[in-house]
Amino acid sequence: MITLSHFIVLGAILFCIAVAGLFINRKNVIVLLMAIELMLLAVNINFVAFSRFGHDVAGQVFVFFILTVAAAESAIGLAILVLLFRNRSTVNVAEIDSMKG
Amino acid sequence: MPTLNDILVLLPEFYLVAVACLLLLLDAFMKPEQRGTLHWISVVVLLVATYLVVAGQPDVTVTAFGGMFVRDQVSEILKVFALLSTVLVFIYARPYLVERKQFIGEFYTLMIFAVIGVMLLVSAGNLIMVYLGLELLTLSSYALVALNRDSSLSSEAAIKYFVLGALSSGMLLYGMSMVYGATGSLDLVQLHTVVTQSAMPHLLVFGLIFMLVGIAFKLGAAPFHMWIPDVYQGASTPVTTFIASTSKLAAFGMAWRLLETGLGGLSQHWQPMLAAVAVLSMAIGNLVAIVQTNLKRMLAYSTISHMGYLLVGLVNAGPEGYSSAMFYAISYALMSTVSFGVILALSRAGFECEEISDLKGLNQRSPWFAALMALALFSLAGVPPLFGFYAKYLVLQAAIDAHMLWLAIVGAVFAIIGLYYYLHVVKVMYFDKPEEGGADQPQADASLRVVLSINGLALLVLGVYWGPLLGWCRHSFGLG
Repeated sequence: MITLSHFIVLGAILFCIAVAGLFINRKNVIVLLMAIELMLLAVNINFVAFSRFGHDVAGQVFVFFILTVAAAESAIGLAILVLLFRNRSTVNVAEIDSMKG
Repeated sequence: MPTLNDILVLLPEFYLVAVACLLLLLDAFMKPEQRGTLHWISVVVLLVATYLVVAGQPDVTVTAFGGMFVRDQVSEILKVFALLSTVLVFIYARPYLVERKQFIGEFYTLMIFAVIGVMLLVSAGNLIMVYLGLELLTLSSYALVALNRDSSLSSEAAIKYFVLGALSSGMLLYGMSMVYGATGSLDLVQLHTVVTQSAMPHLLVFGLIFMLVGIAFKLGAAPFHMWIPDVYQGASTPVTTFIASTSKLAAFGMAWRLLETGLGGLSQHWQPMLAAVAVLSMAIGNLVAIVQTNLKRMLAYSTISHMGYLLVGLVNAGPEGYSSAMFYAISYALMSTVSFGVILALSRAGFECEEISDLKGLNQRSPWFAALMALALFSLAGVPPLFGFYAKYLVLQAAIDAHMLWLAIVGAVFAIIGLYYYLHVVKVMYFDKPEEGGADQPQADASLRVVLSINGLALLVLGVYWGPLLGWCRHSFGLG
């Protein structure tokens, strides 16, 4: 029997993988974008599970909005990435460090 | 079903959405030399929106679309100042943008969309609306930061802002999902009533922590401040001005909506957390600002410390505290527009006035701009009788009222430490010899000079004559 807590634990694991992906990754900015998507999907699992087990439809409506905004967000993220590559000829996270202090 | 009344409640927002789309269309058919009219149209559009907000101000709280959108006194004040500070940004930005060949329609459209995001955010009555308003603001801000397409610094700032901003939105959403799971409601008013009798208090507090992280990120409070210095330095100065003024009003609105309207019943949990964040912000902001040589970066750390003071007001968790924090947010928006406005006025084509050494001997070259900058810096430092002093006094008073004398003492000590780096810039302006190739006689146009002077003098006038504004803030939170 799959219970609510299974879903919440799955969401938490995905969220932790996403946060770890953001902080440990030192190679490629595209991986950061993937981690951000994963993070939003983890939140979506939470919302759908709470909505299903709590018999309230509002959570599922929220998921639609999150999906839409996530699409817009990754479009802007990729556009900025293209800009960065044009100016720097690199998408290496470790080399994006010209401002410090 | 939405009724006509719903649409009337949202009239300023609907009006701005329609006009922003029209402006985008107009820009596509406009010759580059006609852009000047676009600038003035945008300014008028925002002033009309301000009028619509003030004229339609309801006496009691009005909701629309089934409680999704709330129009109350607090949101009205924040909207008026968000719109006015954007008008200031437009006026200060024009000569800067024209000289750098960045005078494009997208700047105005994106700013107006960002302001719509602010207006929806401060009027949100539901977690969905909080998220949508916030994303409209931040997505527009990412694009604005990246608008300077050929600058390597600007695209670096944009990618950093994007990644950290998306991370903070994710944190906020994860917290919202936990709060939803514990209470079964997304509506802020309903949340407020069920929050104290939740069957899962641990889940609720777990969600609250994530939401606080998201809020602190958006405010730029330490230890979630990493993006602020880079974005301030990398973004073109008009965009920095916008992020330093309008977005801070929005972040205060969001914090208040989520923490008081929604989770007010958990104040004994979030008060100590906010107090810790406030102390860290004041410490990191004021101490790291001392070693900065870049003016925009120094002002970024100054922002971090000011967000700490704003949080000191919120920690009070009562109407007194909220009104003092709102007063602080408004005063900070006005002070930062003056300081960045002077930087914008002194920058010329091919020369960014952004190092502190660029201001050397400014008094000999342009005494009026030096005086305005000094006024802004003294006000930021909290020197009486300027606006910033009274705002600081109120938040520290709110902390004492909440029986947190230690927090007020920490705030006062860091205010004195902060005085050092503000005075350092004043010393550079008035007592150092001008350098060759520094900012020479500024060529700023008339509208910038006039508006910047009024904005600067307002810091002095409001510092003495703060009664009406404070009364308005207090009234909106139900105080006499």
